Amino acid sequence: MSRIDAVWSEQGTTPDAIEGALRRLLVEIHSEHHDFVPARVLNMIAFVDREWSGEIANRLRGVGRYHASRMVVLSYEPDRERLDARVMVAADEDHAPGEFSLLRETVVVELGDRHLDDLLTIADPLVVTDLPTLLWSPHGHHEIVTDLLPLAQAVLLDSVEEPDPLEALQRAACLSEQAYVVDLAWLRSTPWRERVAAMFDPPWLRRELGMLSGVTVRHHPASTVAATLFVGWLASRLGWQTGRLIAHEGELHGKAHGARQDVEVRLQMAPELQVPGLEGLTIDTAAGHSLSLDRGPGGLRARFADSGQEDREWTITGASRGETGVLGEGIRQALLRDPTYLPALDAARAMLA
Amino acid sequence: MAIAPGRPTEQEEPENPLAAGLERQPVAPTTLVIFGATGDLARRKLLPALYNLAHEGALPERFHLVGVSRKEKEDEDYRGECEQAIRRFSRRKPDEDVLCGLLDNVRYVPGTFDDPQVYKELGTTLEEFEKEAGEPLNRAFYLSTAPSFFPVIVDQLGESGLSHHEHAQVRLIVEKPFGTTLEEARELNRHVLHIFEEPQVYRIDHYLGKETVQNMMAFRFANGMFEPLWNRNYIDSVQITAAEDLGIGTRADYYDQAGALRDLIQNHMLQLLCHVAMEPPVSFTAEEVRNEKVKVLQAIPEPTPAEIPAMALRAQYTSGHAGGEDVPGYLQEEGVPEGSVTETYAALRLEVDNWRWAGVPFYLRTGKRLARKVTEIAVTLKPVPHLAFSQDGSLGVQPNQLVLTLQPNEGVSLRLGAKIPGTRMIIRPVNMEFLYGTAFLSQSPEAYERLITDAMRGDATLFTRNDEVEAQWRICDPIVKAWSAKPGPPVAQYEAGSQGPAEADDLLCEGDRWRAI
Repeated sequence: MSRIDAVWSEQGTTPDAIEGALRRLLVEIHSEHHDFVPARVLNMIAFVDREWSGEIANRLRGVGRYHASRMVVLSYEPDRERLDARVMVAADEDHAPGEFSLLRETVVVELGDRHLDDLLTIADPLVVTDLPTLLWSPHGHHEIVTDLLPLAQAVLLDSVEEPDPLEALQRAACLSEQAYVVDLAWLRSTPWRERVAAMFDPPWLRRELGMLSGVTVRHHPASTVAATLFVGWLASRLGWQTGRLIAHEGELHGKAHGARQDVEVRLQMAPELQVPGLEGLTIDTAAGHSLSLDRGPGGLRARFADSGQEDREWTITGASRGETGVLGEGIRQALLRDPTYLPALDAARAMLA
Repeated sequence: MAIAPGRPTEQEEPENPLAAGLERQPVAPTTLVIFGATGDLARRKLLPALYNLAHEGALPERFHLVGVSRKEKEDEDYRGECEQAIRRFSRRKPDEDVLCGLLDNVRYVPGTFDDPQVYKELGTTLEEFEKEAGEPLNRAFYLSTAPSFFPVIVDQLGESGLSHHEHAQVRLIVEKPFGTTLEEARELNRHVLHIFEEPQVYRIDHYLGKETVQNMMAFRFANGMFEPLWNRNYIDSVQITAAEDLGIGTRADYYDQAGALRDLIQNHMLQLLCHVAMEPPVSFTAEEVRNEKVKVLQAIPEPTPAEIPAMALRAQYTSGHAGGEDVPGYLQEEGVPEGSVTETYAALRLEVDNWRWAGVPFYLRTGKRLARKVTEIAVTLKPVPHLAFSQDGSLGVQPNQLVLTLQPNEGVSLRLGAKIPGTRMIIRPVNMEFLYGTAFLSQSPEAYERLITDAMRGDATLFTRNDEVEAQWRICDPIVKAWSAKPGPPVAQYEAGSQGPAEADDLLCEGDRWRAI
């Protein structure tokens, strides 16, 4: 429940008036409540289609503490002539006496085609200077992202939402030359990457990383990009040359070339999976071991097969983050830098080229 | 057991290329054994911490928990107790599937800690886990018992052969207090190190697991602007305060034995002092960081009996008002022995006799039932050498003060002099404040989550080394002895809810004063 919820709105407004309203609301709140202080972590600019803005607002509400400290929503309706805006300053939580509570600011600007040429000058005064800015355009509008890029240090993408996986990866690579890219498709594979790294961490199994013979990734039908990025990660970390994958009987398959041997790569669709991302994976080694991870209740179900011995199965605990958790993680990642993403992206592009 | 004899050790292996760049680094498969599994610490801290690690997917790929305690019960009963503790004390609402997955891997071994049969059964359980896993599992023995059981358990672990494993790491995690005197600490170290090697031992000071304490190192060593000032030439004094507004509650049994000096100063507050005064380590490895902290402790002179009255003060709270209510004095608290002289407040003035800090007083104070709950480090700089303008009609130019607040609102505040708007040059102090909570999205993990993970990973940076513990005791032991002498020095008094005893001012050097709590 919000303890503080200050609102300002104006029709036919200007960026200057919006920025002034933000300052005024903050001063008013602070003069009455010293223990409410503005969060100063991250600006986020979201360019959304007005008809879907409610859905985006719901998604953002779900990210909880990962909410950007200043959220600027540019709500686009092609025929709109007038610039309207609403500013909300809110503290989400009750807090203990003597402790402070964070204020987060949301600015919603309603705009139309006639404002697009000057979009940069509308958004620029609304972001907090010297804070990193994350740019997100969940409904496409690639040209808008390009226009607003001078304001942003990071761009949030979800490559699984692009119809063509290769184009999605090419676009991510292109944007990476100008800003740090946070791809939700990549983040969906994070728990899988962590688990595979951990499973191969025991010294006796680590040596088999040099002799992997097969990788099969089972994925949501729309998440080919997530699966490809996962294999791209393995390839870049283990020094494989990736070859082009071929579509055959509903799956993509091909070979990657390791230092000692080729690695069979298979990306299989899992139509039963209800959410974007990976359903499971299997990694085989030339020593006759096979490691599988699959989604299961309360975590990932692991299976280790050793030729000549009985298979072993167990659960690796971990709660599902859900799609809102993935989005929240995407916002958090805008403040970090993952050195393994770009090499994985390059390897993934080679597989889909 | 059909598992990998002769498999190479970690030291012989190249680094795991898949771990690079991951925020969450792999933790080797581990079985955690908690001695004192039904105790308060296990219920309130350890089990909730384990659940939260499970929730975040931060436990090892294979993880088992074995509870060892005196009470007879079945595995299922103990699982039920774990579930209750997690539901009650976890910082997040449990996910039912994750909780179930964690509890599936919980076992219980009943018996007294000196009974060899307990360790035999424990060994059998550990071997069953390894057989099931088909690989050796690291073992971490967590001593969450009364300190008197530490040597008993360590002996039994040694005699049963559980203290070492040919193909896996065995670690011993020891809760505080690590001894109640210097001699006890030395004896316990001798005992432990007779069975275990120092790199196997993880002595917990949960303060070190707090994000706030780790932030101090980042503040000092990632910000070049403070380093040139961080010495006796510019710093006038350092004041470390750990004040609580609460009384002892239901902890009279423990607290009356310990007192404020042992409870907070000997461990937590000396650690804070080390973080303020240490030299930059060459790297942030466990040994380098701990080497630098030990150097600081060794530079603090051991107080002589004659010096103690002038550099150490003890006091007890009397009845008063706290949180708008009347509260009893320490001697009226439930369970406190009549006539107890245990201190609920302790203040020390220490010096760090080295090139950087010679002549700079370090004031440490802690107490129960003070005006407010706050933990902070205040670094007061020397005044400017010359003022070019009059101070008439103003509060005056006061020395700059840098305050690192650890709780409740973690942050940094810098007191500066600023001109009051108007026609005259009148100066008053103003504060430039930074609150960590405003600048980060993530929630800090509980200290025990971090410490348990680090111990399982074999990272000892946030744990206290044997020489560190002894060096802490070397400073406090003479004071403990002086205060426990009969008749000992008088116990000053302070009203509950106040700033502490007036006599604490006598510890201060000329011109210094305690910050308001």
